[in-house]
Parts: sequence; structure tokens; C-alpha cells
Amino acid sequence: MVYVDNASTTQTPTAVIDAISAYYRTTNANVARGVHRLSQEASQAVDASRHAVADFLNAQRDEEIVFVRGTTEAINLVAETFGRATVSSGDNIVVTEMEHHANFVPWQRLCAQTGATFRVVPITDRGELDMDAFHAMVDDRTTLIALTHASNTLGTVNPIKACIAHAHAHGARVLIDGAQTVAHMPVDVRDLDADFYAFSGHKLFGPTGIGCLYAKHALLDGMDPYQVGGGMILQVTNESATYRNPPHRFEAGTLHIAGAVGLHAAITYLSSVGWEAIRTHERSLLDTLHAGLEAMEGVRIIGTSTDKIPVVSIVVDGVHPHDIGTLLDETGVAVRTGHHCTQPIMNRFEIPATTRISLAFYNTQEEISKLIHALQRAKRVFS
Amino acid sequence: MKRDLYQKQILDHAKRPRHFGALSDATHVAEGHNPLCGDRLEGFFIVEDGHIRKTSFQGDGCAISLAAASLLAGELIGRTCDDARQLLARFADTLTQEQSPTKKTRTALGKPSALLVVRAYPSRIKCASLPSHMFLAALNETQRVSTE
Repeated sequence: MVYVDNASTTQTPTAVIDAISAYYRTTNANVARGVHRLSQEASQAVDASRHAVADFLNAQRDEEIVFVRGTTEAINLVAETFGRATVSSGDNIVVTEMEHHANFVPWQRLCAQTGATFRVVPITDRGELDMDAFHAMVDDRTTLIALTHASNTLGTVNPIKACIAHAHAHGARVLIDGAQTVAHMPVDVRDLDADFYAFSGHKLFGPTGIGCLYAKHALLDGMDPYQVGGGMILQVTNESATYRNPPHRFEAGTLHIAGAVGLHAAITYLSSVGWEAIRTHERSLLDTLHAGLEAMEGVRIIGTSTDKIPVVSIVVDGVHPHDIGTLLDETGVAVRTGHHCTQPIMNRFEIPATTRISLAFYNTQEEISKLIHALQRAKRVFS
Repeated sequence: MKRDLYQKQILDHAKRPRHFGALSDATHVAEGHNPLCGDRLEGFFIVEDGHIRKTSFQGDGCAISLAAASLLAGELIGRTCDDARQLLARFADTLTQEQSPTKKTRTALGKPSALLVVRAYPSRIKCASLPSHMFLAALNETQRVSTE
């Protein structure tokens, strides 16, 4: 099988599967709630994972990493806590037309609930942010900007460092959706000066059900809890409760311990491959893919920015994406078809859906070749 | 081995759908929408004395939804509304039922029975059932229907 649906989820290295199995076989216990040895080992495993993520993002402190279920939960957490506390009528929140619904709908809802204005930065025909519009929309009443690091549909990598600087000049905070970038390039949250940065483990060769929210410590410290319950309280009486410091304040209940262990293993695995090798190989695959697609008549690439992660959306004349998907599946090629949780992009380009090819470092040139042949066959069926 | 989804008859109706277009003097109209994939169709009927005199559809959809709409439209013309409702409901049920369709069912469904091959492609079943829900909604005077 040719698996080129990595933007949806990535495949799992043996090292990650082994780490998760080993946890369940030898280290399974609840964290921080017992004095027995097994509980201590499990707690250490979680702490080690948190530290690995902090290193991975170049965060200042481990306490700036909150474990959540995934990017969607991370964003909802910020919207419900930081968002609810700081956004009110008369303010505005700025998002972009290329956001995944996870980084669009929570802010749209927050604006509806608070009376704040919801501003959507448009995208150009090339699938890039209209930077003039961005500058026009960010003003001194902007409380927060929600921005994707890279688009899961268009592949566009946004100039987030510059956007963050502009936001800060206007006193606005920025939340970056990093779901699509952490598997393709090193991310340095301090260099970016990101206020919030979210990603999912399963898009980083880790297990599903685990993700991380990075946030500057000063911000986390001022945020109310998201979910409340066990593990995040200091004291509970019949009348009231007091809460722990970050990050534990935001980790009610038992977190996905095995997931954190798996995520740690994924980060270790990735660093053993090395960013240089990954980026060179992906660049080469993307070049071959682009060349193959551009040589095909009636194939239009949606999203033609020069700075892209290896994600390519196409529309093919006379063949609906779903039919392409099924025909490709018949020859063992896995792509994704539909709106990719980015209906605003579909509306912008006036198309119902695209066929999306998304690569990871384990794809090969031979697989790109098979993909191109499969697309040619699909076209022939409909000609 | 799976039967081919893109068999001749289905491809033919997908590429050259019959009864395609709007009916300006339609007595019954409905929209059908599959939000997860973007298929969006509109169905039209001219009903006189409880009989379907004319039917058509238009819109944007995958090959399966277009072929289903085209084959269903052809099968509905001339039928009574009740007969048409029964056929449409039977078509939708047969797509999703567990047991294999009987020869009797295939015969009863007529040309649209070619689409029963979609049973082997679970992710495409809603593409085939969308037009039947849409036509049924039109006959029942429900304006909009979705597969969700």
C-alpha cells in the first residue's frame, strides 16, 4: 500500500509501539497518587515525556507543556479559559480563511458568546495569507489571533514569526496550530515568541489520544482551569476548592499515560532520523510529485505557495475527488478526499472538495511514481 | 474479488446523466446534501393526478451520486407517487441492509439495482443513497435533506 494520507494521521514506528507495550507490561500504574514504586516509575515516565516535549519545542520550562488529547482539545482549552476571561464585546479575534475547523469554530463560538467581532483574514489565489488584510484586521482591540503554522489542505507555511511580532506590537496574543508542522520542521517556540502552540501526537508518529499545549508560563499561571476534578486540586472542602499550579491545573483526571510514553518515543525516534535528512528527502519527494502533477492535463493544484509542507490538494477535471479516492484505493493508494475540515477554503476556491496527497519522510520516490500512475488510470476511467 | 464499482452502466450515467437539469414548473422540489463529502443535488417532479409526469435533477456530485440520481429518475417516471415512494425507500434500505439483496428485490428496483454494487464500498453508500433521500423528500414535500 502507498500511504499518502499523513496529514490525517501518521504511521507508527516499531520503537513507539514497543514503548507503549513496554509501559503496559512493566510500568502501568496511576501517576502521583501512590507511594508505591510502580506509581513512581509511571510518574517519572510522564515527567520525562513532558521534558522531552519541552526540549522538542525549546520551551523555557517543562511546566509550559500541558498534556491534552490533541490539538483540538488544546485550542478549546485556551478558548474556554484564556478566551472567556480576556475577550469581551468590543474586542475582536482574528483567524484566517485557511484554518482547520478546530482553530476556527472555537473562536467563532467565543465571539458569538461574548459579542466580540470575528475577523477572518482572506487568502490569495495562491493559497497564501493576504498580508495587507492581516495588517488591516489586527488593531488595538484585537485580543487574540489564531493562526495555523501550515495548512492541512493547501500546504502553505505561514510567516508566523512576523505575524506574532505584529500581533504583539498591538498587544494581542497568538495561538498557533502546529498540528501539521511538527512532523516536518523544527519548531522553536521561544524564537517564534508564540504565546500558545498546539500539536497532536498522532500526526508526529505517536499514538492517538495525546497532544500538547505549549503556553508561556505567565499566561498559564493566570488561566482558570478547563476541566476540574482529581489531580488538579490542592484542597477540596464542602464549600470550595483550590487549584494546583500549571501544568497540573489543566490536567484533570488521569491523562493518557501510555500516550505520553508513546509521544516521547516518537520524539526520540524523530531526532534519530534528523531534521536535515527529513527535510531534504521531503523536498525531493515534493518536487517529483509537483512535476508529475503538472505534467498531467486537467489537474489543478489548489495551494501554490512556494513555502509548503509536503501536502498537495488537487482537483481533476471531470472526476470528483471521491471517485479519485475510490479508484486510487483499488490500486492500493491511500489519499484523502473531501473538505479536510476546512470548508472555508473550499468556499473560497468555489470547489466542493479536493483530493489531498500528504507525505511523510518514510514515503519513497517509487511510491510517488505509483501514485502518479494511479491518478492517470483514474483519469482514463472517466475519459 | 470485489465487483467493479465503476462498471459500464454506472460510468455511462455518471458521465452522461439522463433527466439532468431543472424543471421550472415543478410541483415538488427538494435539495439533498452530503455535508461530509460535498455532494449537493436538487430534485424536481411534475406530479399530475398522483402520477409522476416528469422528473429531473441537477447539481454537483460524485459519479456514484450522479449515476444513482440518473438511474432513479428514469425508473420513477410514470409511476404513482406511492409506488415511487416505495421504490425509493426500498432502494435506500437495500443499500444498507445486512442480507444480500434477493433477485426479487433487484427486479423490483429495476435499472437502479446496478448501484447495489456500492454495498461492497461502505464509504460510498451515502453517495448512492443521497438521491433517493432527495427524491423521497421532494415527494413528501420536505424541502431539504442531508445524509447526516
